[in-house]
Amino acid sequence: MKKINVNINGIDVVVPEGTTILNAAKKVHIDIPTLCYHPDQKIKGSCRVCIVEVEGQSTFSAACCTPVRNGMRIKTNTKKVREARKTILELILADHNCDCLTCIRNGNCELQILCEEHNIDTISFDKVVKLLPINDKNPAIVRDESKCIKCGRCVEVCNEVQGIGAIYNINRSCEMKIGTAYDKELKNVKCTYCGQCINVCPVGAIYEKSNIDEVWQALEDDNKHVVVQMAPAVRVSLGEKFGMQPGSIVTGKIVSFLRKIGFDKVFDTNFTADLTIIEEGNELLHRINNNGKLPMITSCSPGWIRFIEYFYPELLDHLSTCKSPQQMFGALAKTYYAEKFNINPENIVVVSIMPCTAKKAEALREEMSDSGYQDIDVVLTTRELARLIKQSRIRIEELKEEDFDSPFGITTGAAAIFGATGGVMEAALRTVYEEVTGEELKNIDFKNLRGINGFKEGTVKVGEIDVKVAVVNGLKNARMILEMIKQGKADYHFIEVMCCPGGCIGGGGQPRGTNDIKKKRIEAIYKVDIQSAIRKSHDNPVIKTLYKEFLTKPLGYKSHKLLHTHYKDRSDI
Amino acid sequence: MVSFVSSLCGKISPLSLKEYKDNGGFDGLQKAIFHMKPHEVVKVIEDSNLKGRGGAAFPTGLKWKFISMENSDEKYIICNADEGEPGTFKDKILLDGCPLQIIEGMIIAAYATKANKGYIYIRGEYPKTREILLKAVEILRDEGYLGDNILGQEFSFDIDIRSGAGAYVCGEETALIESIEGNPGRSRFKPPYPPSEGLWRKPTLVNNVETLANVPLILSFGADEFKKYGTEGSRGTKLISVSGNVVNRGVFEIELGTTLKEIIYDICGGTLKDKKLKFIQLGGSSGACIPQSLLDIRLDFDELRKYSIGLGSGAILVVDESTCIIDFIKNTMEFFKHESCGKCTPCREGNRHIIKILDRIQGGEGSERDIELLKNISLLMKEASLCGLGQAAPTAIFTTLKYFGDEYKEHLKGYCRCGICDMKGREECK
Repeated sequence: MKKINVNINGIDVVVPEGTTILNAAKKVHIDIPTLCYHPDQKIKGSCRVCIVEVEGQSTFSAACCTPVRNGMRIKTNTKKVREARKTILELILADHNCDCLTCIRNGNCELQILCEEHNIDTISFDKVVKLLPINDKNPAIVRDESKCIKCGRCVEVCNEVQGIGAIYNINRSCEMKIGTAYDKELKNVKCTYCGQCINVCPVGAIYEKSNIDEVWQALEDDNKHVVVQMAPAVRVSLGEKFGMQPGSIVTGKIVSFLRKIGFDKVFDTNFTADLTIIEEGNELLHRINNNGKLPMITSCSPGWIRFIEYFYPELLDHLSTCKSPQQMFGALAKTYYAEKFNINPENIVVVSIMPCTAKKAEALREEMSDSGYQDIDVVLTTRELARLIKQSRIRIEELKEEDFDSPFGITTGAAAIFGATGGVMEAALRTVYEEVTGEELKNIDFKNLRGINGFKEGTVKVGEIDVKVAVVNGLKNARMILEMIKQGKADYHFIEVMCCPGGCIGGGGQPRGTNDIKKKRIEAIYKVDIQSAIRKSHDNPVIKTLYKEFLTKPLGYKSHKLLHTHYKDRSDI
Repeated sequence: MVSFVSSLCGKISPLSLKEYKDNGGFDGLQKAIFHMKPHEVVKVIEDSNLKGRGGAAFPTGLKWKFISMENSDEKYIICNADEGEPGTFKDKILLDGCPLQIIEGMIIAAYATKANKGYIYIRGEYPKTREILLKAVEILRDEGYLGDNILGQEFSFDIDIRSGAGAYVCGEETALIESIEGNPGRSRFKPPYPPSEGLWRKPTLVNNVETLANVPLILSFGADEFKKYGTEGSRGTKLISVSGNVVNRGVFEIELGTTLKEIIYDICGGTLKDKKLKFIQLGGSSGACIPQSLLDIRLDFDELRKYSIGLGSGAILVVDESTCIIDFIKNTMEFFKHESCGKCTPCREGNRHIIKILDRIQGGEGSERDIELLKNISLLMKEASLCGLGQAAPTAIFTTLKYFGDEYKEHLKGYCRCGICDMKGREECK
């Protein structure tokens, strides 16, 4: 590729043709501020915060979207540039609800940081921001238009990454805003509550509905028996909120914290992930052996479930009937666990800590009360857990690591990898292979199914059958594979779909992170797997006990009642 | 006044292929496709030194050359007929008067650049013109001038008509392209420019109606004949749309190099009721306000550049002394506030603050600080906006601050010499 010579702030640098000014500057450690730019998204070039001076040009160039030309001389930090950036920021602030102290992003807002860095000490313009009512009439997502700075990142992720288009830029000029069609409530449009918009918002314009107070309230109620479960992806990402390196594994510290603030039992969603593998694996074999609907598709990602209910209801019978691990846990906590430990299920409060905003909506689905009660009472995201920790004033960094409680604390490496794209498939294959062949699977690492790519596939010889599998993440890829099914071009037996890019480690409830950070989280997930004493779900001794004492057999009567579910055509929304 | 590019307008029946041909129509196309290679056609346009008539005055031949050099199976020709600049109505004269000439220009452009598909993007407010174009395309398709194997040659090209929905920004070429693609009209950042990545990200030539209308004439008469009109750096003629406080309003064809004074007093008969001329705004609402003292300026790209003025679309709005500068600017900026697409910060937010400041000044509550703010926002918009709309929107502010600064100052003191601004805020203060 052609090399281009440029000079930035007096420093010569050689970069490949097509490199933007922003990236060329990075090479020589010159940091240009950005706001609408996001490293994992298409370039928008709309906020203009990244403007720089180019010699011989009467107008500024936006560094994010301008490729360098040979001989270009660029200045990124002149008086003129600084003043223009300041004016841009002041214009944004004039239309921004600057109530920073009560904002959810207080202390981690990209706009706040830019204002600090640019010495903004006043807003020269009249405040024009409209303080509209906060929009929270849905189970998961809150929108505060008064904070929106129209950077367009949420629109990009909703339309281009997820392929949904629940929100879009509407109106023009200063009336331009991000909204739904006809300004409907989010619950009345085809929003999957995936929360990817939250993960890319630079400010506090869109965030999860908080349920932290409900947790404190339950913990302080002596009549309640409060149990908590934690999803696999939470333990490899929470540390980031406390200054730890991406990929730090903080399982034991979280367990210790949860116990300290008064949870009666601290359990692991990984346990019901193992259970999912047993049920789902058997369902797959049942379908293969009985001419059932194939390909079968996983059902643990609630954003994905909403997606197929909204857009492809005609394909619902491809979905595994298994509930998600979160919901299996809730159903068992208020039945098996309650019976075994002689606790009135009415007094049990089940809290989940999830990397996911859609889980909040999943818990409220009317069919998710097979225990006789609402199976899951409160769902917190990873970010809410971080806020809970801060509010408790417990220094999680200093806590000693502790183990989960039994019985739902004994888990396998197969369950741990549920948190990354490809993990459910790999865990299922480890079990299905041994169930079918009766032989030990020697190489249990299905490396071709791992990694952040949106679409992966493979074939595994299981006894007589070549089991064809595919793994997709991100709803745009989900749409692609459903289209393939519709056209009869998907001759797979089993497909894993995860709603969020990268799988649950990239969930809409996670600390905000770029693809580079997500890759670190994925590495950590597989580290948890390899460090596990047991790495196959069917080898989990407590799962065996559970079947012996309560469920009797996979796909049996009780399983059907408690662990399986049905779906609904929601295309008319 | 001259009659070159508009010579057939009003003279022939617009949809009569016979009359058009009897008057030299399609001579240019025949010459091109029967006797010239595509690159030779590009060369003729380059030699003519024709510059874009839409506003930016980019050398047309060079633009054609860029596209002809692109290696792509799919290339597009777009005729920009969105004519949205306030006070501009010259393209309508050509579109209504001689649509076949414009389409001939497009066919020649397609032959020269090896494009196979064209679009005419017609302003939504021109529904009758749209009907004419639809018919014109149908007639030419029936007669073998459009479609496969044009005039029996191995050259195929067809045209679709697309209608705008009233957004000014869709006259900006990338917003226009977005609109054709079915997206809301919002500009793309450049580069990439349309000649390399335009419609559906394929090489695309976007030319103004008047530019394309010149093409058949240059081909049939030769570049030298075209160059007889105009000046060294500004060849050819220009259609101007004259409006405002002037006796003769309408579209006139002039030779480039004509002075503003000649246009207003000789061609257009001077101001209404012989009132004192205050300024003329050249090029529409995004153009400069030129005071009486500078009326000897020639409409010549190079001369105008010396004054940092653009010819723009060639609109001339004549404004007499009864108009208040602040009121005029407010009116102009209301337009931009309405028409900004809202994508980039300077234009989306800048326009509304400009209006707020002007409101204060008109209400008698303006201060020196407001003038400073006005300058700051205007400068930011000019230098940092994403597209031409935001960059050109404050042009009238800059030029009136420069030439009519006194009138701004009078308003700060509570005085409007035209008695238009009510200064109500000031009264209330008392």
